[in-house]
Amino acid sequence: MSYPAEMKESIAKVEASRPARQHQAFPKLDPQEREDILRTYHPDYISGAFREIRVGPNKGDRAPHELANALEAEPLLIRDGFSLKKIVQQEPDAKCDVLVIGGGGAGASAALLAQENGAEVLISTKLRFGDANTMMAQGGIQAADKDNDSPALHYLDVMGGGAFACDPDLVEALVMDAPKVIAWLESLGVMFDKEPDGTMRTIHGGGTSRKRMHAARDYTGAEIMRVLRDEVRSRAGEPIPIRVWEFRPAVELLLDEKNRIAGAVLKDLDTSRLMIVHARAVIIASGGSGRLHYQGFPTTNHYGATGDGLVLAYRVGARLSFIDTMQYHPTGAAYPEQILGQLVTEKVRGLGAQVCNADGEQFVYPLETRDVEAAAFIRECTERSKGVVTSTGQMGVWLDAPLIDLLRGPGTIAAELPAMVRQFNRFGIDLAHEPILVYPTLHYQNGGVSIRPDAGTSIPGLFVAGEASGGIHGRNRLMGNSLLDICVFGRRAGMAAALLAKDIAPGNPHLAHLDEWEHLRREAGLEEGQASPILLPDYTRKTSLVLLRHPSIEEEVAGHFKSN
Amino acid sequence: MVDISILGQRYEVPEGLTILKALEWSGFQMTRGVGCRGGFCGACGTVYRLSNDHKLYYALACQTVIKAGMILGEIPFFPAQRPAYKLENLEASGEALIGLYPEILKCFGCNTCSKACPQGIDVLNVMSAVIRGDLPSAAEASFDCIACGLCVARCPSDNVPPNVSLLVRRLYGKYLSPPAGHLRYRLQELEGGSYKAEINGLKSAPLTELRQQYAVRQIEE
Repeated sequence: MSYPAEMKESIAKVEASRPARQHQAFPKLDPQEREDILRTYHPDYISGAFREIRVGPNKGDRAPHELANALEAEPLLIRDGFSLKKIVQQEPDAKCDVLVIGGGGAGASAALLAQENGAEVLISTKLRFGDANTMMAQGGIQAADKDNDSPALHYLDVMGGGAFACDPDLVEALVMDAPKVIAWLESLGVMFDKEPDGTMRTIHGGGTSRKRMHAARDYTGAEIMRVLRDEVRSRAGEPIPIRVWEFRPAVELLLDEKNRIAGAVLKDLDTSRLMIVHARAVIIASGGSGRLHYQGFPTTNHYGATGDGLVLAYRVGARLSFIDTMQYHPTGAAYPEQILGQLVTEKVRGLGAQVCNADGEQFVYPLETRDVEAAAFIRECTERSKGVVTSTGQMGVWLDAPLIDLLRGPGTIAAELPAMVRQFNRFGIDLAHEPILVYPTLHYQNGGVSIRPDAGTSIPGLFVAGEASGGIHGRNRLMGNSLLDICVFGRRAGMAAALLAKDIAPGNPHLAHLDEWEHLRREAGLEEGQASPILLPDYTRKTSLVLLRHPSIEEEVAGHFKSN
Repeated sequence: MVDISILGQRYEVPEGLTILKALEWSGFQMTRGVGCRGGFCGACGTVYRLSNDHKLYYALACQTVIKAGMILGEIPFFPAQRPAYKLENLEASGEALIGLYPEILKCFGCNTCSKACPQGIDVLNVMSAVIRGDLPSAAEASFDCIACGLCVARCPSDNVPPNVSLLVRRLYGKYLSPPAGHLRYRLQELEGGSYKAEINGLKSAPLTELRQQYAVRQIEE
C-alpha cells in the first residue's frame, strides 16, 4: 500500500529537514502558553460538546453529551420489562466475599490481593478475561526507583501534568506504592526491559522530569495483563479460590436494607440469561468509555470501553469527578484509513522521534503533556493549515520515527517497537525509514467515580479501581501512570474489600434504588429512549428497514460508522 | 464493492475494510471474536480460503484487509489445556515445562504452527528451544505472542504454544533475568520511611509554590 504520491511530496520535505533537525531541540512552552493553547484548541474546551447532567449525584455538573446520555438513561432491566421484585427473589447463581466487575489489569490486581487477604473472589467480565485497555497499553509504567529520582519528583510531575487538580492523597498513594508495584510485577514474572546487570531500562514520557518509564518492548500492558491473568488462573484451585466468569457483564448493582452493596445482576451475553451474584463487597474495575466516541472522535480504546461502571455506580448514588475531561492521545494513526485512531505509542517520541508539519518543520516540543501536545497538533492542522490531508479528508502531522535509529543506532526501532513496526508493516509502511501520519484520538477517561486512597467510595462496600475511578490524574494523565494506577489502586481495592467482607453480615439484596431512580427521572422530565449500561457499541450498518423505523438515527449512525 | 463469504453466506462489502469491519458492515453485532481492535489481544483469530485456491490462510480480523473471494471463518473459542501450577513452586528448567506439558515432546517439527502465526513468530523454534531447555531463547522469541490460538487449532501434536511460552516467559522474568538492584534499594528506603516528609511538604504547600516548583524543576537530559 505505502503512501500515495501527494503524501510522498510532503515526506520528501520531512526527509530533507531531518539532518538539520536531528540536533535541534524545539523549545518547551511556558505555563501561560500551555494554558492558552489548551483553552483555544483542546476538545475539552468546546462548550457545545458538553451539557449539564439533569439527574443523580452530579446533577448540574458538566459532561460530554454522550456520557450524560448514558448516565441519565433508563436502566436496561426496566427497559427490557423485568420484574425487579422477582429478580431479587431469585436464588443467587453465586455467592462470594468480593465480586470484581471487570477483567482488566485493575480487576486482576484486585482479585489477587483480595484472595491473598482471605476473600473468596468472583471476577465477572463483559468479554474475555484480559480484554481491556490494559492489554493495549504499549509505552510503559512509571515508578521513581532510580538514584536520581524520587517519589516526590514523581508527585510533582503528576500534579503539574494534571493541571494541579489531582487529589493529593491519591497521588501520594500512586507514587509511594509505585516501586512496590514494579517489584510485585517482577516477582510474578513480568519481563521488563533491563540492562545485563538488572538495571531497568527507563526513558522519558511526556511531562516526566526523570527517565522513569519502565517498559516491556512496546507490549508493556499486554505483558502485565497476561502475567496477572495467568496468576489469577493459578489460583483457581486454591482452598479459597478465584473464579472467573467471562461474557457476563454486570447490568445493575444490588443494595441491602442498609443501602450497603450486596452484589450485582449480570447478563450472560451468550444466553441472554440474567444471573444474580450476592457479594459482601464489590469492586468496579470496568475501565473507561472511549467507545462512546465523544465529539465523534475515533478511539484507541478496547471494544468494551462503554463506561458501564460509571453508570452502575452512579445509579446507587456514587459521585463522579472530572467527567468533563477526556484525554486525546496526540498520536493516533491518521493513515492508513484501516487503522484510523489506533494508538501510536508515546514511546516513539520518548525514544526521540520529532513531530513535523507538512513542510517538514518542527512546531512543538515532542514531549509536552498529552493535552498540550494534542492541542498543538490541532492548531497546526486548523488555524495554521500546515497539516497533511489524506485522500479521505483526514488531517494529520508527521511523526518522524526514522530519527530514532539515527539518534540511537540502527535496529533500535526494530528492537524497541516491534508492535508498531508490525502494525504499519501490515499496510506497507516501514517505520524505520518512513514517517507516519498522526492526529489526536480519544484515549482515556481522566475522571470517574470519586475514590479514597483505599479505593473505597461513598457507598459502603463499593470500591472502584483503574480507569473507572476519578481524582488521581486530575485533568490530564501522564503516560505510564495508568498501568501504574490500575496496579496500585487495584491492589488497594482488593485488600480493603477483603478486610471489609470479613466484618459484614450479608443483608437482603434489593433493587429498590431503581424505582427511586425512575421517580427522579420522571421528576426531571426525562424521556424513554436510550437505556444503559451500553455494554457494546453498535457498528453494524443499519439497513433501510431499520431506518424506516427510526429515520432520525440515520445521521447519528453515519457518524458512528465513520468514527469506528 | 467486493464479494466475500461469511460463515458460508455471500455478502457484498466496500473495498478496503478490515475483515472485522466487513463483518460489522454485513450486519454482525459482534460479541465473541472481537477485542481490542488493534492487534494486541488475540480475540479475532480468523481462518480463510480464497476461491479457486486450496490453501488455508490465517489472519487477525482487525488487522487484515478483505480481498475479493475470501471465504471467512472466525474462531471465537478454542479449548487449550493449562495444567495447575504455582510459579513459586516451579524451577526455571526445560524439565519443569516438560513435566507440565509432556506433549511438547510429541512435536515432530511440521512447522504448521509458525505458518499459522499472524505475528510472524517462529513458533517451532520456540518449542524446540523449550525442549532443549533454552528458556532465555524461548522467552525472547515468543515475546510478541498475543495468544490468538491459531497455532493451537492447527497443531497435530495437540500442543498449546501460547500457554507453554507464557509460562516460559514468567519463569524467565522471575528466576533468570537479573533482579533490579536499584529497585531493592528504593524499597528499603521506603520501608524506612524515607520520602514521607518530603511528600507531606508538597501536599501542604500552597498552590502557587507548587506551581513554581513544577515550573523550575530540572528535566533529566
